[in-house]
Amino acid sequence: MSAPTTTERMTRLLSLVPYLTARPEGVPLAEVARDFGVPERQLRRDMELLWMCGLPGYGPGDLIDLAFEGDRVRVTFTAGMVRPLRLTTDEAVALVVALRTLLELPGLAEREAVSRALAKVSAAAGHAGERVTPVALSVDAQEQALAVVREGLERKRALHLHYYVPTRDERTDRTVDPLRLLLVDGRWYLEAWSREVGGVRLFRLDRIDDVEVLDEPSAPPPGVPLRDVDAGLYQPEPGSPVVRLRLARTARWVAEYYPVEDVREVDDPPGGLAVALRTADLAWARRLVASLGGAATVDEPAELAAAVAADARATLTRYPAGGQLPSTSGD
Amino acid sequence: MAAKRAERLVNLVIALLGTRQYVTAARIRATVPGYEPDDGTARADEAFKRMFERDKAELREMGVPLETGRTSVFDTEDGYRIARADYELPEITLTGEEAAAVGLALRLWESAQLAGAAQSALVKLKAAGVDVDTTRAIPLRPRLDSDEPAFEPCYAAARDRRELTFDYRRPDEDAPTRRRVQPWGVVAWHGRWYLGGLDLDRRAPRVFRLSRVVGTPKAVGPAGAFEPPEDVDLAAMVAGQSRGEEQLVVVRARPGAAVGLRRHAVPLGPAEDGDDRLELRTTEPMRLAAQLAAYGPDVVVEAPAAVRAAVVERLRRLAAMAPEGAA
Repeated sequence: MSAPTTTERMTRLLSLVPYLTARPEGVPLAEVARDFGVPERQLRRDMELLWMCGLPGYGPGDLIDLAFEGDRVRVTFTAGMVRPLRLTTDEAVALVVALRTLLELPGLAEREAVSRALAKVSAAAGHAGERVTPVALSVDAQEQALAVVREGLERKRALHLHYYVPTRDERTDRTVDPLRLLLVDGRWYLEAWSREVGGVRLFRLDRIDDVEVLDEPSAPPPGVPLRDVDAGLYQPEPGSPVVRLRLARTARWVAEYYPVEDVREVDDPPGGLAVALRTADLAWARRLVASLGGAATVDEPAELAAAVAADARATLTRYPAGGQLPSTSGD
Repeated sequence: MAAKRAERLVNLVIALLGTRQYVTAARIRATVPGYEPDDGTARADEAFKRMFERDKAELREMGVPLETGRTSVFDTEDGYRIARADYELPEITLTGEEAAAVGLALRLWESAQLAGAAQSALVKLKAAGVDVDTTRAIPLRPRLDSDEPAFEPCYAAARDRRELTFDYRRPDEDAPTRRRVQPWGVVAWHGRWYLGGLDLDRRAPRVFRLSRVVGTPKAVGPAGAFEPPEDVDLAAMVAGQSRGEEQLVVVRARPGAAVGLRRHAVPLGPAEDGDDRLELRTTEPMRLAAQLAAYGPDVVVEAPAAVRAAVVERLRRLAAMAPEGAA
């Protein structure tokens, strides 16, 4: 994992001749560039460099020779570079860990192919593959809904969901046109066009209580934009109201879990943190503050603090002071 | 990298692959183009030596198996060669399905820590004649947390089995503390990276979240300093770090309310006031208490007393957040 430019280019230079050797009929230049993940311009520079390389003597019969026919390139003299370099430990780790992770995914139709690929890659990695323990990826493997959702995607059918919405604490019925499955931060999501809402929504698979493949075809409106996953799954809408909290030491983890702004260390409470969250969903904020049980106080808005406190007072009246709840017959 | 240096390195690899004899540095200097020629001056010798040392280090870093030795007992100095069998990737043939699996698997690293290694592994497989299709339209998009500066030093130390020291700050602590660890490995669990290993001061296995590491972890001492336990399961270490014994908690919920609790509860039938009695199981009773308090008046804890007391305590603190009648 040293500086990418040096190692990347050397790996490419040492791989190009073997790559062409394995494809004696020649390959269109554009395809080579795509396979190596570089622009054609860079590829031409690499080939010009390889032309200058060869066996000691470096005469016309010693140098690597490439032949161009139309847009295709093939190798006519390899100078003995016929196979790529072995996998490094890092490369073996990247391959083996990724394949093992794939193998753990439930409802994967290609399971057998993955496990055969894993065996072959491990064998080819040799020594480098012996030290793959330093990295592991863990994914939720308990998703019953995954197989059904995949079926809907593959057969291009609409889905009917019973979906649990925690912020409103209710189970909802949805008919959706599935777009794709996402595996983000170890959790599965279905991105789908929600017919009831008339928009694209994310559904966490562990909140789907029941799912059914419908007979009718999936028909999302053409060209609906998919979410940019790398920007984070939930982006606070810029116009959303601000909730300002003060987190005591035991609640500082909130700043690690949720997208927060304006983070400041404060002395009240000692070792505390002031943060701002943007959310249009005050029910969610209310649940968050209540679940923190006093370890977070609300600076803003005042009605949030009032609502949480009123809820708590109403709940307390249900607990007889110091006493047991009346026991139920048949205990 | 300068084209001159790349050209020299490729020529060096070809020259050393093409010989069974060990080739001395002097001979390499005389034959492989691009090295400072021998003009009899100490300055030129010095320049060549530096250049050659750098090139050897670069090739070894890339995983080129550069051997040193002497071809015969009459040789007066060590030479270099690359054994073809150690250099070349062994034969590997993948079916279309298997190659597609590799392509899909490698997308796990897209924009994540080992993206570079995944890309070069892919290049090598293609150079071995495997046609890996990474564009296959499968509606699945995996992603890992991509920005974690502590990943590389922690991963490298675990790979090389070197001890690691770093400053670590838990969110409920004011100041970071110095930790000394034998790193067993890093694991992405629910999208967050953790380091698992033996904490040398606490003499026990510990799990550290990489985002709580302050500054850059430093590897100390030699490589191969320890062996991780066989069958170490990093994901299980992270998952089990807060596991206690399973406890039963009985709550009463208003009919139709507390839908979320009911998803994981065993119904015990109605209480005399018409509420539903629900049995919940948890290994983390205090976490459950936090959730229960957040349901408000829809949920009351019946047993055990410790969980009920924890909920009441929380409710009292919440009730004190605003005076009655405030808005």
